Amino acid sequence: MALAEDTNPMQGFKWVGSRPIRPDGFDKVTGRAKFGADLVLPGMLTGAVLRSPHAHAEIVSIDTSDAEAMPGVKSVVTGADFPEPYGKPAEQDVQRNVMAREKALYEGHVIAAVAALTREQARAALGAIKVTYKVLPHVMNVTEAMADSAVVIHDNMITKNVDPAPEAPSNVASRTVFDGGELDKGFAEADVVVEREFTTKPVHQGYIEPHAAVADTTPDGRSTVWCSSQGHFAMRTYTSNVLGWDASRLKVIPAEIGGGFGGKTVIYLEPLAVRLSQKAGRPVRIVMDRDEVFRASGPTSGASLRVKIGAKNDGTITAADVWMAFEAGAFAGSPVGAASMTALAPYKLENFKIEGFDVVVNKPKVAAYRAPGAPISSFGVESVLDEVATKVGMDPIDFRMHNAVEQGDTATYGPKFPVIGFKETLQAIKDHPNYTAELGPNQGRGVASGFWFNAGMNSTATVNINDDGTATVVTGSPDIGGSRASMALMAAEELGIDVVSIKPVVADTETVGFNDVTGGSRVTLATGAAVVEACRIIVADLKARAAKGWDIEADQVEWVDGRAQPIDGSQPAVSLAELAKNWGRTGGPISATYSHNARGVGAAFSTQVCDLEVDPDTGRVTVLRYLTAQDAGRAIHPSYVEGQLQGGVAQGIGWALNEEYIHNDDGVMENPGFLDYRIPVASDLPMIDTVIVEVPNPAHPYGVRGVGEVGIVPPLAAVANAVAAAADRRITDLPLSPVRILDAILNSED
Amino acid sequence: MAEVHFTADLRSFTGGVSDVSVEASTVRQLIRALDELYPGLGERLSEGTSVAINGEIIADATYEELPPDAEVHFLETLAGG
Repeated sequence: MALAEDTNPMQGFKWVGSRPIRPDGFDKVTGRAKFGADLVLPGMLTGAVLRSPHAHAEIVSIDTSDAEAMPGVKSVVTGADFPEPYGKPAEQDVQRNVMAREKALYEGHVIAAVAALTREQARAALGAIKVTYKVLPHVMNVTEAMADSAVVIHDNMITKNVDPAPEAPSNVASRTVFDGGELDKGFAEADVVVEREFTTKPVHQGYIEPHAAVADTTPDGRSTVWCSSQGHFAMRTYTSNVLGWDASRLKVIPAEIGGGFGGKTVIYLEPLAVRLSQKAGRPVRIVMDRDEVFRASGPTSGASLRVKIGAKNDGTITAADVWMAFEAGAFAGSPVGAASMTALAPYKLENFKIEGFDVVVNKPKVAAYRAPGAPISSFGVESVLDEVATKVGMDPIDFRMHNAVEQGDTATYGPKFPVIGFKETLQAIKDHPNYTAELGPNQGRGVASGFWFNAGMNSTATVNINDDGTATVVTGSPDIGGSRASMALMAAEELGIDVVSIKPVVADTETVGFNDVTGGSRVTLATGAAVVEACRIIVADLKARAAKGWDIEADQVEWVDGRAQPIDGSQPAVSLAELAKNWGRTGGPISATYSHNARGVGAAFSTQVCDLEVDPDTGRVTVLRYLTAQDAGRAIHPSYVEGQLQGGVAQGIGWALNEEYIHNDDGVMENPGFLDYRIPVASDLPMIDTVIVEVPNPAHPYGVRGVGEVGIVPPLAAVANAVAAAADRRITDLPLSPVRILDAILNSED
Repeated sequence: MAEVHFTADLRSFTGGVSDVSVEASTVRQLIRALDELYPGLGERLSEGTSVAINGEIIADATYEELPPDAEVHFLETLAGG
């Protein structure tokens, strides 16, 4: 990779690796930051959305005439106000998910939307829309959906990747297989074989800020959209696609974002707001309630798994067989592919098979959630590995170390690993005092590891030098996990000026070049590398300008600590501020833009250990200690990295212990609120201890890998393994709620 | 020559062949050559696949150059969170 050729990632840094106060901190703690729901425009209307009360129903008719005549109502839209679904199948799915057409496919599916002067008027109008449904049978999990007798949700769904292709439609969208070696031979060589079945429930990302969008559509057929998202360029693409517009008709301005974790890489409200605004001739704001967030935005999949692993008595894994079926929600597209690729990736394996199925059910279309799919497959695999390690009498860290992949090993998904730091995470856990802390009665310790690819994708950065010697760093990557701070730190390192002299800005779709979503743990790597390269262009420019003043060639100038100086020391150094002050006479404004499709992605590994106590009388779990060790490559802002590690663990603990979508027999969600959908709060958790392992990614200027996702991969199994140790029995269905644990204690034969 | 390794999903197009060596200097040339060898595979590889070249996964690799003796895997396009 060209970016790294002149960089030694092991060199000492002045700013990279420091912990300055976050640039967005003041506005956020004082309430000045503007989130999606905060925007108020003159004449703005309030939008509200009518959603299906049925899990699966044919929409026979919709009559909006009474609603349109109600006081304060300015516009009403239904499927008839959008183009007939067109384009690629995945695009049509988005179009149908944003607004139902012939059928409502889950409880919460959009049927119509209203814009009125007040929220009360809009809500009242929803009640006046007459919808005639023909209720259809529904399927709510993979077992139901894959049954021969199951109602088929999409009559054109023929399972992909099955040879020969099925003649009849089903709810199985696709099959994915990875394999290697000879499975039977591998199991025959094993001294120990463990096989288990597992289930997980859909869980939500639990971002605190609900989805919100404001649209101001003008008579010239253009619209400006303000929304909370993980990528406003993607929102522009998706929204224009649903509307049947050229993307250039939309300008999308990013609001601050109150959490996303993958769930805000997709659209829900934006096309509705644009069309309502267009029909009303006034701006429209729509904000989801929390129950709408649960009923209608995408959680991650529920799943069923079967995992069988064999090993020799010396701890060598000889074979692994993994079968998985993932709920995709109402449209194809679960993360079962990524789950299949990550399931066994941390381990050297000759004989294996991983088979995954993408299955549609009558639930909201799933969306990405941190390392999509990987926590689910890891839950099954790392749980079985724990049992295998126990049966062969090995410490769980030693067992994983014995089988761990390292540079040059072939991953189970095909390619060879470049420089990775998996073994270093294992060793970091083993060396930490938590790992040998004494455990009391009813207490247990669980270990698990995880892998995630991370991503590169497209980024643009513009760096402007101001005439007072400060710099503005402009990107189009929404700041979810601290990217403003990391962009500023890398720019400070390159330019050699104080980080407080650098203002990082997240600009709209018409102000900066394209940036892909803030997802895939990619921004510090990809947008950061764009910032670094733009800064390097500026430094070269500054050196050339200084050279002019000394009548020497630019290559006779070096840049040291924010100053240009002749290599031979014949002239006093000139600071960036001095060069900036005189830009008019040396060539004009000082600015540079760098765009790229980033290369050099560094894979991430995490190993974690959980200590907890199970109350044998109530089944309640108390997490006592939790330690995570993750290879960050290079921590640009260590506090933010620690926050990412802790956040992933906190969400993973919630997934393991409490969180689940509960539906009644009619397919209606019964717990669409944080009172009944229980995410961990600060008082539920101990301080999560972190070890930042730094095995630099040699393909990045500063060795960055990306840290936002892999931390959520191990917790499900780490917690489950700890519960198994504490309760002396293994529970294979998540969540490990008090009811489920107590039931196992009272009734299990384990 | 590029050394192409096929996942189980793609082996249904290749009659079970798991590895093949192909002369190509870009991913686009490689896909064309593979389609000639295994009709229908080109269309499959052009939709929703990433390409790993010597271990590095690239999301949109159509015009990517292939270094000599590149090891190539076609993989499902991934979505991050």
